[in-house]
Amino acid sequence: MIELLDYDFMRRALVAAVFTGLAAPAIGTFLVQRRLALLGDGIGHVALTGVALGLLTGVAPVLTAVVVAVLGAVVIELLRMFGRTSGDVALAILFYGGLAGGVLLTDLADESASVLNNYLFGSITTISDGDLTVVAILAVIVIALAVGLSPQLFALCQDEEHARVSGVPVRVYSILIAVLAAVTITVAMRTVGLLLVSALMVVPVAAAQQLTRSFRATHAAAMAIGLFAALGGVVSSYEIDTQPGPTIVLLALTVFAVAALLATTTRRLRSRRHPVDFARGDI
Amino acid sequence: MTTDPQQPLKARGVSVALDGRPVLRQVDLDVSAGEFVALLGANGSGKSTFVRAATGLIPRSAGTVELFGTPLDRFHDRHRIGYVPQRSRAVAGVPATVHEVVMSGRLAHRRLFGWSNKADAAAVDGAIARVGLPDRTRSSLSELSGGQQQRVLIARALASEAELLVMDEPTAGVDHDNQESLAELLGGLVHEGSSVLLVAHELGPLRPLIDRAVVLRDGEVAYEGPCEGVVGEDHAHVHTHGVPPTPEGLTGEGVWR
Repeated sequence: MIELLDYDFMRRALVAAVFTGLAAPAIGTFLVQRRLALLGDGIGHVALTGVALGLLTGVAPVLTAVVVAVLGAVVIELLRMFGRTSGDVALAILFYGGLAGGVLLTDLADESASVLNNYLFGSITTISDGDLTVVAILAVIVIALAVGLSPQLFALCQDEEHARVSGVPVRVYSILIAVLAAVTITVAMRTVGLLLVSALMVVPVAAAQQLTRSFRATHAAAMAIGLFAALGGVVSSYEIDTQPGPTIVLLALTVFAVAALLATTTRRLRSRRHPVDFARGDI
Repeated sequence: MTTDPQQPLKARGVSVALDGRPVLRQVDLDVSAGEFVALLGANGSGKSTFVRAATGLIPRSAGTVELFGTPLDRFHDRHRIGYVPQRSRAVAGVPATVHEVVMSGRLAHRRLFGWSNKADAAAVDGAIARVGLPDRTRSSLSELSGGQQQRVLIARALASEAELLVMDEPTAGVDHDNQESLAELLGGLVHEGSSVLLVAHELGPLRPLIDRAVVLRDGEVAYEGPCEGVVGEDHAHVHTHGVPPTPEGLTGEGVWR
C-alpha cells in the first residue's frame, strides 16, 4: 500500500482528498442545519455549465466553474429571499438548467461526453500541480470561514428570524454560505465529481449526528468522517481499481450505516438498563 | 412625535400588507419601561404580524416604530431586544445543546472570529439557571419537552441581557405546569424592570401579571385597557361597552374563532 506514494499522481490525489474531505462537511454542516441538504446538488449541476463554458472558451474549466457556480448560488439565495419561488422549485430549476446547459455547451465545444465525465464523477488521478494549488487555497479559505464564523452561521441556520432580530446581517451570511458551498463544489469537482460532491457535504454530517448531541461535536466529527472517507476512498480505489468518487461516497455511506446501527443499539441498551420507573415518577 | 429614550416600544399607525392584502391597519401600540403588555386576538387578527413588523422582520407599508427612542431602521442596540419566536422553529437539522442555543443570544456582544469570554459564559449559565434548566445544559434541544424548549428560547433572549422581551405565543401548546413556571419567571423579570410584549391566544396563569391588554381584530385595535375588560379563561373575549358578548355557539360566528 505504501508504494502508492511513489506515484506523483497518487500523492496529488491524496493531498486533494485531504482538502476536499475537510472542506465539504465544514460547510455542509450548515446546509444540513438549515435543511438545505440538496443545495449542493443544485449548485453542482450549475457548475457543470461552468465547466462546459470553460471547454467552449478555452479558459481553465475550474475557473469558469467557480464563477458560474458562485453566480448560481447567489441567484438561488436571492430567489429564496425575494422571489415567489419556493426553495425546492428554485433548486429543481437549477438542476435541469445546469445539466442541460452543460451538455449543450460541451456539444457546441465539439468535446465528447467523456470529457464531461471527468467532471461529473471526478478524475482525481489527472489533477495537475496547478489544479492542486487552486484546490488547496480555496479549501483553506472555506474551512477558515466555516469554522471561524461558526457562531454567526450557527445562529443564522438555527433560527433565521431570531438572528435577524439580534442584528446578524442575515442576507450577507446567507449569501456567504451559498458562495462557500459553490466554492467547495468546485474544489471537490476533481475529487468526487459534480454529481456526487453533495454526498460528501451531507453524508458525513448525517453520520456524525447519529452519535452527537452538540453542534460543535457534529461539526468536528463530520469533518473527521469526511477526511477519513476521502483518504480511505482514494486508497481503496487504487487497491481495488475503481473510480475514486463513488468509492469515497460509498465509504462515507458505510460510516453512516455503522453510526446509525451504533446509535440504535446504545439507545436500546440504555433504555434496558434504565427502564421507566413508574414508582420514581418518570412519567 | 416626542422621543423617550427609555420607552422600549412606540408604534404609530403601523400598517402591513402581505401579498397586497392589508393585514394590519393603523395600529398604535406602546410598551413603557417595566410594563407587561399582552397582545391578544384570534388567529389571523394580525397579532404576530404586528410583532414581526415591530422587530423589522417584515416591512411596514405605513407607520413608524421606535425602539428605545430610536427609529427601527436606525436601531443598532439589538441586544436590548429579546425576541422569542414560536417554539415550532426551535429544532434545526443538526443537533444543538441548550448551552449552544442560549450562547447564540450573546452574538451582539461578541466580536467576529472571537472566542466567547467569561462574561458570555456567565450570562449563558445565568440565563439557563433562570429558566430552571441548569441540569439540562448539555442536553440536545430535541431531547427536551415542548415547554422546556420554550424556556430555552426565553433563556436565549435573557442571555443577551435584553430589556424588552418580545414573545410570540409562548403559551401555545405548553401544559399548565409549564405555563405556571413561565408566569413565575416573567413576573420576576418584570419586577426587576424588564418590559414584556407578549402575543397570546389565551392568557391562563399569566393573566394577573399583565398591566395592559391590546386586542386586535381584523388588523385593527379593538380594545385597549386592563385585562378585566377581556373576559373568558381559555379565549380572549372582549366586553364591548357593556354589551355582553354573544355566545359563539349560537351564532357560529364568534370573533375569536
